[in-house]
Amino acid sequence: MKDLFAVAMLVGIYGLLSASFFVAMDAVDVAFTEASVGAGISTLLMFVVITMTGRSEDPVRHKPLLALIVVVITGGLLIYGTLDMPYFGAADAPIHQHVAPRYINDSMQEVGVINLVTSVLASYRAFDTFGEVVVIFTAGIGVLALLSVVRRRDDDELIDSVNDSMHEQHLILRIVTKMLIPFILLFSLYVQFHGDFGPGGGFQAGVIFASAIFLYTLLFGLSTARRVINQSLIRLIAAIGVLLYGCVGVVSLLNGGNFLDYNVLSSDPIAGQHLGILLIEWGVGCTVASVMMIIFFNFAGRQEEQQQAKEKEKS
Amino acid sequence: MAFDIDTIVELISAFCLLIGSFLCISGGVGILRFPDFYTRMHAVGVTDTLAAGMILVGLMLQNPEALVVIKLVMILLMTLFINPTASHALAKAAIHNGLLPILDDKEGNKTENNYQESGSSNC
Amino acid sequence: MLIAATIATLVVMILAIIRGIVGPTLYDRILAVNMFGTKTVLLLSLLGFVMGRPEFLDIAIVYALINFISVIGVLRYSDSFQFIQPSPESKDKEQ
Repeated sequence: MKDLFAVAMLVGIYGLLSASFFVAMDAVDVAFTEASVGAGISTLLMFVVITMTGRSEDPVRHKPLLALIVVVITGGLLIYGTLDMPYFGAADAPIHQHVAPRYINDSMQEVGVINLVTSVLASYRAFDTFGEVVVIFTAGIGVLALLSVVRRRDDDELIDSVNDSMHEQHLILRIVTKMLIPFILLFSLYVQFHGDFGPGGGFQAGVIFASAIFLYTLLFGLSTARRVINQSLIRLIAAIGVLLYGCVGVVSLLNGGNFLDYNVLSSDPIAGQHLGILLIEWGVGCTVASVMMIIFFNFAGRQEEQQQAKEKEKS
Repeated sequence: MAFDIDTIVELISAFCLLIGSFLCISGGVGILRFPDFYTRMHAVGVTDTLAAGMILVGLMLQNPEALVVIKLVMILLMTLFINPTASHALAKAAIHNGLLPILDDKEGNKTENNYQESGSSNC
Repeated sequence: MLIAATIATLVVMILAIIRGIVGPTLYDRILAVNMFGTKTVLLLSLLGFVMGRPEFLDIAIVYALINFISVIGVLRYSDSFQFIQPSPESKDKEQ
């Protein structure tokens, strides 16, 4: 298939299929994250990129037969290697022996949240989650460093006139979207705070929040969205999210425990765990939402700049 | 058969699920067999929303717990808003970019190959 | 009856994928993806009930929103496409 647009959409379908697999395997949090990130945001970002690079694939310059043979041999070797592994989900597999019984048995007494995934992610393995948040933040900084666009003032009036003419075209969509966006924002806050009791948590909530802003940007134009969401505020919030996470760790150090040990945050260990999990999930949500917005605004800003340059060439 | 309220509710729920599945499958058959994009969109747009509504109502009657019913009502309202809007946006974009439907000309013969999409879609 | 509805939804999803691969124009494919998305919402709700875990409804809500945003995104960006050979007559039709 040479049409990149169709390939991007099939990738979206693939993301959905894997979310359904995760649901069938009873892994609800992972399915949640896959549905929101893999099937939604990645597809949108790929579309933005495809509009900039062109719609068809370049003609293939080498013979694909050799690559196919290498892939088949490697895949065959990998499958042969997995034949030795224990069956999927067997109770005596090594990964189920060391720490998993302790998490499953003691999580309710030690941490006190109902959702086991949240307690493992945010309390037992909080340091790994800290690394994930820093990686996301670094990705945002990378996009800012490579792709950020310096805006000129006089483009705003030009874009405003285009916006008014677009208003007639997309009237129905705009009205329906105006009704949906507050609901999506509220739902992202629900997912953020409901992470203790059901599937959810900071990552998914940040992605849903950012996708509400994407919807607004798609229909109302990039310049209007830039005026609504202040760009430097977004960068500040991204940094504040990571800082909040680190500060929780430092405060527990100052209180006499280990780094990111929540038991010493409050008088009662269970209350300390709840407080710690709440704060770090809030930090994760802030950073993920702002970094997604930074990435999208910069991609779309580049695309708009390229389009304006082409229109100036034609006229 | 005892006609208590539980049995009746279960019967209504099963009936709604059955109608929903039937509409769903007919939409799926429609998307494969109709000749033109606009006719396919008609099939999908009509049957999708109604099938979703019927299946969700059937599910609501299965488990009358408060939070679950509220969430199902939210999904139903969102589907009722979103599906027609998406169909409208799709049709509008297709007309805007030059895709014409297959129409009859004056003698009653169907005009063939009215796809005037700009750009190639060779795969 | 729940299992029958689940199987029906799966069958329709497969039919939609077939249209997504075959469909001659781009808009057929967008339509197929949209239909796949709404059927996934239904499938997730049904699976949640079959497995007895109503937490899946959250995922269904998220997926309905994401589907909508993706379709709107595709349509907005297909307006401003840089085609390989832009044909002037379709631009005249827009005026």
